[in-house]
Amino acid sequence: MVKIEHGRLQEHPIVDFKRGKEVTIYFNDQPVKAYEGETVAAALYAAGVRVFSRSFRWHRPRGFFCAIGKCSACMMEVDGIPNVRTCKVYVRDGMQVRTQSGLPDAEKDVFSILDDVIDKVFPHGSHYSKFTTSKKVREFMVKRMRKFTGFGNPPRAVFQGRAELEEIETDVLVVGGGPGGMSAAINAGKYGAKVLLVDENPFLGGQLVKQTHRFFGSAKERAGTRGIRIAGILEEELMGIENVEVRKETRVFGIYNGEAGAYQRLNDDEGKLLRIRAKKIVVATGAYERTLIFENNDLPGVYGAGGVQTLMNVYGIKPGNMGLIVGSGNVGLILTYQLMQAGVNVAAIVEAMPRIGGYFVHAAKVRRLGVPIYVRHTILKAKGRKSVEGAVIAKLDDRWQPIPGTEKEIKCDFICVAVGLSPTHELLYQAGCEMKFVPELGGIVPLRSKFNETSVKGLYVAGDVAGIEEATAAIMEGRIAGIHVAVTLGYGGEEAKKELEEAVKEIEEFRAGPFGERIVNGLKKCTLEDEVIS
Amino acid sequence: MSLGYLERGYLEKEELPPFPSEERLKKKTVAYIECPQPIPCSPCFESCPANAIEMKNINDPPKVDYEKCTGCMKCIRVCPGLAIFMLRLRDDGMGEVTLQYEFLPWLKKGDRVKLYNRKGEEVGEGVVNWVLPPERNDNTSLVRVEVPAELIFEVRAVRPVG
Repeated sequence: MVKIEHGRLQEHPIVDFKRGKEVTIYFNDQPVKAYEGETVAAALYAAGVRVFSRSFRWHRPRGFFCAIGKCSACMMEVDGIPNVRTCKVYVRDGMQVRTQSGLPDAEKDVFSILDDVIDKVFPHGSHYSKFTTSKKVREFMVKRMRKFTGFGNPPRAVFQGRAELEEIETDVLVVGGGPGGMSAAINAGKYGAKVLLVDENPFLGGQLVKQTHRFFGSAKERAGTRGIRIAGILEEELMGIENVEVRKETRVFGIYNGEAGAYQRLNDDEGKLLRIRAKKIVVATGAYERTLIFENNDLPGVYGAGGVQTLMNVYGIKPGNMGLIVGSGNVGLILTYQLMQAGVNVAAIVEAMPRIGGYFVHAAKVRRLGVPIYVRHTILKAKGRKSVEGAVIAKLDDRWQPIPGTEKEIKCDFICVAVGLSPTHELLYQAGCEMKFVPELGGIVPLRSKFNETSVKGLYVAGDVAGIEEATAAIMEGRIAGIHVAVTLGYGGEEAKKELEEAVKEIEEFRAGPFGERIVNGLKKCTLEDEVIS
Repeated sequence: MSLGYLERGYLEKEELPPFPSEERLKKKTVAYIECPQPIPCSPCFESCPANAIEMKNINDPPKVDYEKCTGCMKCIRVCPGLAIFMLRLRDDGMGEVTLQYEFLPWLKKGDRVKLYNRKGEEVGEGVVNWVLPPERNDNTSLVRVEVPAELIFEVRAVRPVG
């Protein structure tokens, strides 16, 4: 029904894929067709490559997983530089890409015998007691084993480009150009604060760029509008504010007493080291996907749900023919619907909880199209040698244990893990924020005031990094952080203070339902004492 | 509160919102909203020009006042949950169900479609007798299918025949 060419969707009900010029990259010396604007990982996936790397110890095959530079499963040698995350690098004509740590390559790696045979001869942990009989044997083996360690070869090429230092002074630095970050920048900027927004990607919008569905919320938060369009609307609003500067492909690597260090990539040969002095910093770095423990969960074909959305909705690449979705939260349910829109079948959704985790209406959408939802079920294992060829699921008892005899084999060629996200909090730790593990918010989150200021004065958070919620809440949080930043810097006067109060009230209303209850409970555990707006 | 529908992913008869009267269904098209769970979402309420949708707050599930509803279809155009269906009973004994459709190939007037219920079971065949083309509603097409009158509370999805 949906036309496919070279692994790429030629048509889609929602997205119009605009592909760049056709180029050729070389993968382990073999030419691979790609289009400008695609990442190396996406182009290789479209060409049918499934084994992207080999694991560190047992040389197990590893494939595509997160697609946003968090998981490292796609690391390869690109133009002589080892350990490049290929999901973050865009194709260029003539690019040389090689897999690492496999002989001759990751696909046909001879060392994979370690996983098949030697694993049985030397069970896990036995390397602590083997080869210790004599000093000579030990020294010999230590040398051999050390040769095995590490990812990739030392660089064959060295970065030849120039990097200049630029010093920047600004009122506000916003780290991250997703919904939370853009909203913070807009709301601080509109009251007159000088804002610099940086994002590591060459585009703004964060993960909105793959949200092809219409959003929930109220019309004020653009409910009823597709996520992909909201990214554009926010960007346009942002660009319309004169005192806001945006730098893309800029990565903040540290925050030191109100100063941030960042690297801005200008082109293949040039970059800039930025020293940013900001009176206030808003961190809106989002989140990354969790995985789940089950047998063979590292097999190529077991993907993060968001990774599949990126592949399919951003690059128009078909992830497979038959998927199994693990997790019935909104991400899992929405992804199921999106897969069907791209002409991909979904065998089933499994959910360990006794009830569907996401919104009922999202479940109803796919249920009426014939996708079974198994609650109180879990995945036991993925089957296959170099890629997923099926899965085994089973029913759970009241103590979350698989019930013997209820195993069911599911035919599928990929598995999407949609079991939630964890905040990307590294920068906050590094900056010295007080952090706390709050399960309701998805993991380790910073303590914050009701205006989203952390325990480090002048450092704010917005969006998923402050606790896993969703894009509408991120926009609302960004608004609160942005206005509070403006107010405390002396911008906006009474009008801003009034809007701030409204914004706080609106998010409270938004979270007043049963879905917000969990968030509210989580927030109670990490809210700093109330602050009074002076 | 029963969470039955949250185990199944579809509504059983007793969980459905009240039916509009046969008289009302015969008069003109009416919006029927299958959105029982409190979620923070309100575009239907905000889009309704007739004030026919009642919501106490953003988390309150919408309730339609069938007498106020004019069948203007503003709500079904924006519902992100694909939870709104426009229903009508015709004088000739047939019924009509209008639903949101976001799949390729796009359906056109006159196309024959397979009809599915809430569980995804095929319940018959019908004919498309009107569409709002996708380009006029940000790629959510509205499709009106002619179905046997007794199926207007059953048919919730369609697929092209063949």
